[in-house]
Amino acid sequence: MSEIFVIVEHRLGEIRDITFEMLWKAGELAQKLSYTVTTIILGHELNSIVDNISDRADKIIIFDDERLKNFNADIYKEILSGLIEESKPTLTLIGNTSWGMELAPCLSVKTGLPLATDCIDIMFKDDKFIAQRQMFNGKIFSNVSFAESKECLLTIRSGVFPKDKIGDRQAEIIQKDFPLTDIPLKKNFIEFVETAAGDVDISQAELLVSVGRGIGEEENISLIKELAEALGGVVSCSRPIVDKNWLPKHLQVGTSGKSVSPKVYIAVGISGAFQHMSGASGAGIIIAVNKDPKAPIFRTADYGIVDDLFKIVPVLKEKVLELKKG
Amino acid sequence: MDIVVCVKRVPLTEEVDLVIDEQKKGIKKDQLAFILNDWDNYAIEEAIILKEKYGGTVVAITVGNEDDEEVLRRSLAMGADRAIRVEVSDISRFDSLGISKILSCVVKDLPCDLVFTGVLADDDNCGIVGIMMAENLNMNHANMVTAIEIEDGKARVTSELEGGLGEISLIDLPALITIQTGINEPRYVSILGIRKAAKKELKIMNLADLGISDEELSPKTIIEEVYLPPETEGAQMLTGDPDKIASDFIEILTKKGVME
Repeated sequence: MSEIFVIVEHRLGEIRDITFEMLWKAGELAQKLSYTVTTIILGHELNSIVDNISDRADKIIIFDDERLKNFNADIYKEILSGLIEESKPTLTLIGNTSWGMELAPCLSVKTGLPLATDCIDIMFKDDKFIAQRQMFNGKIFSNVSFAESKECLLTIRSGVFPKDKIGDRQAEIIQKDFPLTDIPLKKNFIEFVETAAGDVDISQAELLVSVGRGIGEEENISLIKELAEALGGVVSCSRPIVDKNWLPKHLQVGTSGKSVSPKVYIAVGISGAFQHMSGASGAGIIIAVNKDPKAPIFRTADYGIVDDLFKIVPVLKEKVLELKKG
Repeated sequence: MDIVVCVKRVPLTEEVDLVIDEQKKGIKKDQLAFILNDWDNYAIEEAIILKEKYGGTVVAITVGNEDDEEVLRRSLAMGADRAIRVEVSDISRFDSLGISKILSCVVKDLPCDLVFTGVLADDDNCGIVGIMMAENLNMNHANMVTAIEIEDGKARVTSELEGGLGEISLIDLPALITIQTGINEPRYVSILGIRKAAKKELKIMNLADLGISDEELSPKTIIEEVYLPPETEGAQMLTGDPDKIASDFIEILTKKGVME
């Protein structure tokens, strides 16, 4: 029977959400196509992790070893390529995360299997698998197939599939010994560091006024600060603003920054790359101001204003101040 | 510290309406402006910062046609010592694996302690080439790096993880590192600077020079079709003059209970 591999991503003893999302998609495909789902866990002291997913897969293969305590793409690659060689799973799903994107390309070269990254859906059409993905920051979609190969590797974008359980499975648990005799320790883990510490916690704010690349110049940020102040809200931003050092990292909303859940999220000059939107998905409503009517943000925002932010923001601020003066 | 940086020329697509080409395999590019891929701009800057600190050379490489030399000239103007373009008239016939093989063939004959690529290219958004090169070249690697320090023949790197966490590791050189945006502040390049850099060496190689056959480069992933995003309900638009828009805006905020 054909098999789908799901590579479990976990960090500091906790399963990452992407793992549940991949298991949902694998489960859905397995139901439809009568495949089985096999999850693979590499790490150390994994009991609670195994318990969390034992009803979501048909088989769980566990490599529990001190030497797997920290993620290491090369060691993962060596172990997984052996397993893939042995079982020939039709699909192998890996998270499109920082770790997953270090593992998948080298695993692809090592196994000779094709790789499609950052997939937002997997379809089975005319007897072959098609990966749906985006290009040009979400402005274009593409369907990718895998030449003559029957097997492939896919990395899956975070947040596109539900975290729910699908179907009813009871996993057979298979413990394996650490299979490598020679580990070339090319890369040594030192420590984790908090990169987004700061005095303002945007994750607690009820109203966020968030600024993106569309603001153009550093001095224009004051415009956003003034609007936030008038509204009694807090300023946040998208990645390009932090990259340019115009605002500190702890104000960044998105995959690599903070996840926020305000009642209202006002996005000014933000195009709406998924890395940003995934951090804002907890917002009650999103109001977007952007002069590009094709900006992806208008696909997820509740309200949109297609206009020059420099025309809208000052008028809005004045009106709010007037109202508050009462 | 000899550093090789792989760069790509990509179209600017923000605030532009993209049009699908006749074959439905890509977009029409004749009306688009092109730039150095943002991630690669940071990668070149990082290489030059390290060169200024430790000495050595910086070589910029791209795969493409004559138009793509633009990004090499920019890299030279930023401070790269020389550049190499692998002549390929249409890179869309290769997938990321093919490009990684071509670049690996160039790099394997160059002296280098570090190879940099950007994390991602702004056009295909694949993010594959760098780490595939590391595997092709059997080189140590680190992904999504936001800080690099060199100590005793090793690189101490910070990789960006999700949720505001960084992972610090120590890797032996030579190593391939994919560079994340924000790692530095790329320097400004003037037109005069680009003109001056025209004196620097820009070598052109072709696939035959590298001894790669077309067969080795045949793609394993095939773009079947590209299309515009499927229609969604989308946002409810607020329209009118700024005054009217501001009033509607405030009404929404009031309804949501965030206006006192």
